[in-house]
Amino acid sequence: MTYLAKPKLHHPTLPKNQLGFTRRDYEGKISTLCAGCGHDSISAAVIEACWELDIEPHRVAKLSGIGCSSKTPDYLLGNSHGFNSVHGRMPSVLTGANLANRDLIYLGVSGDGDSASIGLGQFAHAMRRGVNMTYIVENNGVYGLTKGQFSATADAGSKSKRGAVNSDTAIDMVALALQLGATYVARSFSGDKEQLVPLIKGALAHRGAALLDVISPCVAFNNHTGSTKSYDYVREHNDAVNLLDFMPKRGPISADYRPGSVIEITQHDGSRLRLRKLHDGYDPGDRLAAINHIHAHQARGEIVTGLLFIDPQADDLHANLNTVDKPLNQLSRAELCPGAAMLERINASLR
Amino acid sequence: MGKPRRIAAVNDFVVKFANVNGSGSASANELFARSCLRMGVPVSPRNIFPSNIQGLPTWYEVRVSERGWLGRRGGVDIMVAMNPQTWDQDLKEIEPGGYLLYDSTKPQPPSKFRPDINAIGIPLTEIAAAKFADPRERQLLKNIMYVGALAAMLGIDPDVIAQLLGEQYKGKDKLIKPNLDAFMSGLHYGRENLDEAAALRIERRDKVGDRIFIEGNAAAALGCVYGGATVCAWYPITPSSSLAEAFQKYCARLRVDAATGKNKFAIVQAEDELASIGVVIGANWNGARAFTTTSGPGISLMTEFIGLAYFAEIPATIINVQRGGPSTGMPTRTQQADLLACAYASHGDTKHVLLFPEDPHECFEFAAAALDLADRLQTPVFLMSDLDIGMNQRLAAPLKWDDNRHYDRGKVMTAEELDAGKDFGRYLDVDGDGVPYRTYPGSHPSRGAYFTRGTTKDAYARYSESGPDYVYNVQRLLQKFETAKRLVPQSVLRKSAHKTRFGVIYFGSTSPPMAEAIESLELQGTHVDALRVRAFPFDAAVEEFILGHEAVFVVEQNRDAQLRTLLVNELELDPSRLVPVLHYDGTPITARFIAAAIDEQARNLNVLPLKPGKAA
Repeated sequence: MTYLAKPKLHHPTLPKNQLGFTRRDYEGKISTLCAGCGHDSISAAVIEACWELDIEPHRVAKLSGIGCSSKTPDYLLGNSHGFNSVHGRMPSVLTGANLANRDLIYLGVSGDGDSASIGLGQFAHAMRRGVNMTYIVENNGVYGLTKGQFSATADAGSKSKRGAVNSDTAIDMVALALQLGATYVARSFSGDKEQLVPLIKGALAHRGAALLDVISPCVAFNNHTGSTKSYDYVREHNDAVNLLDFMPKRGPISADYRPGSVIEITQHDGSRLRLRKLHDGYDPGDRLAAINHIHAHQARGEIVTGLLFIDPQADDLHANLNTVDKPLNQLSRAELCPGAAMLERINASLR
Repeated sequence: MGKPRRIAAVNDFVVKFANVNGSGSASANELFARSCLRMGVPVSPRNIFPSNIQGLPTWYEVRVSERGWLGRRGGVDIMVAMNPQTWDQDLKEIEPGGYLLYDSTKPQPPSKFRPDINAIGIPLTEIAAAKFADPRERQLLKNIMYVGALAAMLGIDPDVIAQLLGEQYKGKDKLIKPNLDAFMSGLHYGRENLDEAAALRIERRDKVGDRIFIEGNAAAALGCVYGGATVCAWYPITPSSSLAEAFQKYCARLRVDAATGKNKFAIVQAEDELASIGVVIGANWNGARAFTTTSGPGISLMTEFIGLAYFAEIPATIINVQRGGPSTGMPTRTQQADLLACAYASHGDTKHVLLFPEDPHECFEFAAAALDLADRLQTPVFLMSDLDIGMNQRLAAPLKWDDNRHYDRGKVMTAEELDAGKDFGRYLDVDGDGVPYRTYPGSHPSRGAYFTRGTTKDAYARYSESGPDYVYNVQRLLQKFETAKRLVPQSVLRKSAHKTRFGVIYFGSTSPPMAEAIESLELQGTHVDALRVRAFPFDAAVEEFILGHEAVFVVEQNRDAQLRTLLVNELELDPSRLVPVLHYDGTPITARFIAAAIDEQARNLNVLPLKPGKAA
């Protein structure tokens, strides 16, 4: 991670959002990742999404595990608390943080090594519990920081930079998330900002476990011919099912679309998602169909992207645990401690 | 051969019940123990159970002691042998002149008995069959019947039992009558046939006082409720599961918002212990009080995260209800064998705070204290209970809470302080105690945010691999550990009335038998000063105590003398001053064992036993 601080100068003409913040206010430290790394594009998309959503930067908690992807929370939202935890364990730390204060926005950033290998268990359980979070997997199919070993999302038959062929079956994070009950599941490509930013916005506004699998080429170790996670390969095989326009609850909606070509979804917080269909008949409300569609296209070597599934009225872990509205970390002693008189009664019942 | 000798005693004997797991014996056996308490006579019961739900042998041992000795005594005076599987083994344990209570419905050949004990047959199955139609009911109520027979033999007031049954089945009134019927039929049989069968009696006394009867796990769970824990993450493991379940039960009763019906707590049964501690660390990082409860194997799994919490300085309360290790070890047996694993958990240089409760009273007190200490010191704090304390009901001083007590949330810099321009360095030692300030996430729009990481950083939480920054932090962590010495529960000295050059150090569940062992050693003329260690790091009195004695016995329940290792290592003492006394077969240590071992060691030290009144 970086030793460098970014200059604080803001150009006066920079556009401001409703809170009066420019995009610069959502930036973090200078990235120390390789030039051209897909992860930096994802960081930029997160910054753009938060700025556009008028999120107060300090109300976001950003958590990660270990690896190149997990370094990136330091490169965005400099006024947010961040937590670079241990390898593969971001989901549990984030779950605890979320339980402590339900009012913050939780961004979990992970990679394919962090989430599909060492952290597969924690990934699975965060999804099935419905932790209210945006879980971004920056997926490059390779261990970058340890110099180029295959990860568990590398496709069978794909080639490493040194020429080794991967024989193991790839883990598909999107298919897994669908099976495990995630309520907002999307895949995108770090090279497609137009698609990615609205998907992040939709995820941040979603209540429940939102997974974003973002194919993010590793320019150092996985951008060669024979890789299925290179810029060229992903551009050629990207098959988007829809294109999302995210609309906050305020403001008019005024676009004209061919009837039947658009799906509109209102989320829990009132925000609206408008999905421009690119595949006729693809229904993002049908979990089973989504799984089938992904597998069918994957068999043809295509990478299905877009908002693949959404349950707009999903509930989260707090709802399941029936916790009070006030964040647990703000409850006072008076609200938590049953007091001496009650303890006397308990003592009496134990005699 | 003549009639066997008969052990005669009033309010001072051991009854052991041998049952089959899952046969419903637990509530009958507990009823017996409670009836003695209601007669004003202290008892200490212990479950000895297998890692099994149904079918394997299980025992319940009740020591009746008017003197109030709550440690396990060893030996059995009355064996209630209800398990044919373990008959031979059970018979062997009976002291000569002791008593064997058995179901005589099916006659047993004389070879199945011992000539030096008193066999007392009761046709339990026959009576139960005549009285109850349902087979399951027969089985369950047979247990209550032997309690009735014991009550007749020992002189327990039947009204006490009737009252206890009424309390136990309050709200399920239809269960009272069959239980009472079964008890009375056992009592009547006993009164008619067993009046003079045994020379052991329970007589009314007033020796229980206001003490309560509670398991350490339940008490620790209550300590977490009172101490303000709002998040609990755990993974089922014997012998700690009942702690999380008790927390759930007490929270459901004490922590539900009356107006909304919503919970002022969150409990997650995690996918494993790695996730449990991860949740705890995340919640504490975000300003909630969170704890996990586990046992040895769970600690092993949590170790990486514990290192993160130590190095990134995040509070975490970890309750370790220790069992026999290593590996799966003895899951349903007790040991104090995780001291080193917890004290130095994780790779790299680490040291952690450990608290050693002696009984349920201290489980409550130390659980609440651990939550305060974790916040105050911003580090993991371990409550080191064990199966003997955790899963057995124990007579203990009533739980105490002072309504003026505030939660010590430690050094948290507020938004107001940040606005006032106070310098915030997350890892900056401003007070000289090694403990820095922290901020809660989301509390200030532009100040106080920092990046938490397990990598090295400077005093302002900026990533740094520079040697001086690293050294500054790890030296500060040592300073913090020094600070902890003053804040943890201090050791308790019990000085002998006689001047002596022997000392004994002990901790945790060794405490009840130790008091008894000291008395019996005194009767033999061996006097010892005793120090009960209640925490790691050791307070100053520990070193002073060791240096003040020529030889100090360190009594513990593990093979490798782990407390002794900590003492030698941390205090840099000559190991020869510390004589290990070790018990580690999975059963709770007894006064008999301690006294015999110290007596023998004292001889080995070539020191003549001391005469009362003379200096050593």
